[in-house]
Amino acid sequence: MVRLYARVAAGGFRRYATYRVATAAGVFTNTVFGFIMAYAYIALWEQRPQLGGYDLSQAVTFVWLGQTLLMACALMGGGVEDELIERIRTGDIAVDLYRPADLQLWWLACDLGRAAFHLLGRGLVPLLVGALAFDLALPSSWWTWPAFLLSVVLGVVVGFAVRFLVALSAFWLLDGAGVAQMCWLAGLFFSGMLLPLNVFPGVLGEVARALPWSSLLQVPADVLLGERTGWELAGAYAFQAGWAVVLLGAGRLVQAAATRRVVVQGG
Amino acid sequence: MRGRVPRRGVRAADGVRAYGLIVGMWVRSTMAYRLSFAMTAFGNLAATAFDFVAILLMFSHVEALGGWSLPEVAFLYGTTSTAFGLADLVLGSVDRLGRRVRDGTLDVLLVRPVPVLAQVAADRFALRRLGRVVQGLLVLGYALATVEVQWTPGRVAAVPLMVLCGGALFAAVFVAGAAFQFFAQDAAEVQNAFTYGGNTLLQYPPSIFAKDLVRGVTFVVPLAFVNWVPAMYVLGRQSPIGLPAWCALLPPFVAAAALAAAGLAWRAGLRAYRSTGS
Repeated sequence: MVRLYARVAAGGFRRYATYRVATAAGVFTNTVFGFIMAYAYIALWEQRPQLGGYDLSQAVTFVWLGQTLLMACALMGGGVEDELIERIRTGDIAVDLYRPADLQLWWLACDLGRAAFHLLGRGLVPLLVGALAFDLALPSSWWTWPAFLLSVVLGVVVGFAVRFLVALSAFWLLDGAGVAQMCWLAGLFFSGMLLPLNVFPGVLGEVARALPWSSLLQVPADVLLGERTGWELAGAYAFQAGWAVVLLGAGRLVQAAATRRVVVQGG
Repeated sequence: MRGRVPRRGVRAADGVRAYGLIVGMWVRSTMAYRLSFAMTAFGNLAATAFDFVAILLMFSHVEALGGWSLPEVAFLYGTTSTAFGLADLVLGSVDRLGRRVRDGTLDVLLVRPVPVLAQVAADRFALRRLGRVVQGLLVLGYALATVEVQWTPGRVAAVPLMVLCGGALFAAVFVAGAAFQFFAQDAAEVQNAFTYGGNTLLQYPPSIFAKDLVRGVTFVVPLAFVNWVPAMYVLGRQSPIGLPAWCALLPPFVAAAALAAAGLAWRAGLRAYRSTGS
């Protein structure tokens, strides 16, 4: 069974790896956005050094980490959910339900494969360009990198769990585009992509940091920037894993309800 | 099948009429899923609103960004967002051109007696993009109400002109980007760097960016003429790269030149197109 899902994930990786020109185009765009936001953050942090507990180079690093994880964590959509929604709308989902594999695990494996490719193909180059053009606060000890990677994987799982729930809404709404858009908007804002969550003031900041989306960018970035070490690192993992379990569990419940009422449209 | 450029003259009026018909069809089809439309339109508004919320949050920590106050930054934000929103509403669909080349459906458009650009632009017309225009206008309204400017007739007239010329400039970028996709079908995302990226860039004051970057978007991809350059005149500021004040009069001419260049690029792309012809 594990082998099956591993192969599904490998297929997901290869599928996205096929489009090399598209990947290069995306890397270009990520890099352009990285530069724009880096200058905006520099303007902000030069006036308020230590804002949100970050120094200037940590803030600029946060920008480039955002561009690195943008596609991997599907912060602006673009994960497997679009396809899942389309399959629900057209009725192809019936074929998926016939497969001798679990629906949620199947799509999770697809999404992990996709994320692995996007992290390597789309994320690495912008981070390198950022490191060449700016003075980034990259880790001084090697073990921070695997710690960061584990946090990213947990973030991808949390992100998938949310997007899977969103996709299942198409069973009731038929056209899931609206919900999907609302969801990636929330993700964009509450992940820290627009502004690090530790800069959010007061209650808004506390709420934002407690929501699942902070697992997608803020938590992994804090791990890489060395803001979470020792027990705090364990706490960060527990936070991400907790949301992953809760949201995947909710996904299973909704999946059960959805498949009970599934009536395939059309002939 | 070969790309074919219609004889000059037919066509502009034909194109606009066909564009209107196709757009009307897509609007009716959108209204079949009303709840989804309402949510996506609101989502479009909220998407751009979050951008602005991020700027507001920045200003909760500082009085000025790069020497520009919040109303001044809001003025930049409102003008570029409205201009970009208009271009995106009218022409945003052209970024699907690469997909049409890839799956062969562009051939269908070539055999119809309607300019291809009008068909591609109207394809899957998304009324929900009005959300972005509305949000841009709201921020612009806030900026105009709060910004400290000695309003003269010239400055008042400059504001709607900025939005229109800015929209035309962004439209030129959309068309040029689509033309590029004739040669690189998978590279749709490159144009996002100039459309969405340009819009994001112009929301911030030019003073915070490296001078070479500002020169690049002034002289190479002339997006600075959407708002940075005319805002010098409206807000009474100096150009960070030392442009003379009369440059603020240039946006209409730059927009016209950009549209002409984009039109040529589109024709070149369409001529170079060869179907896979299966």
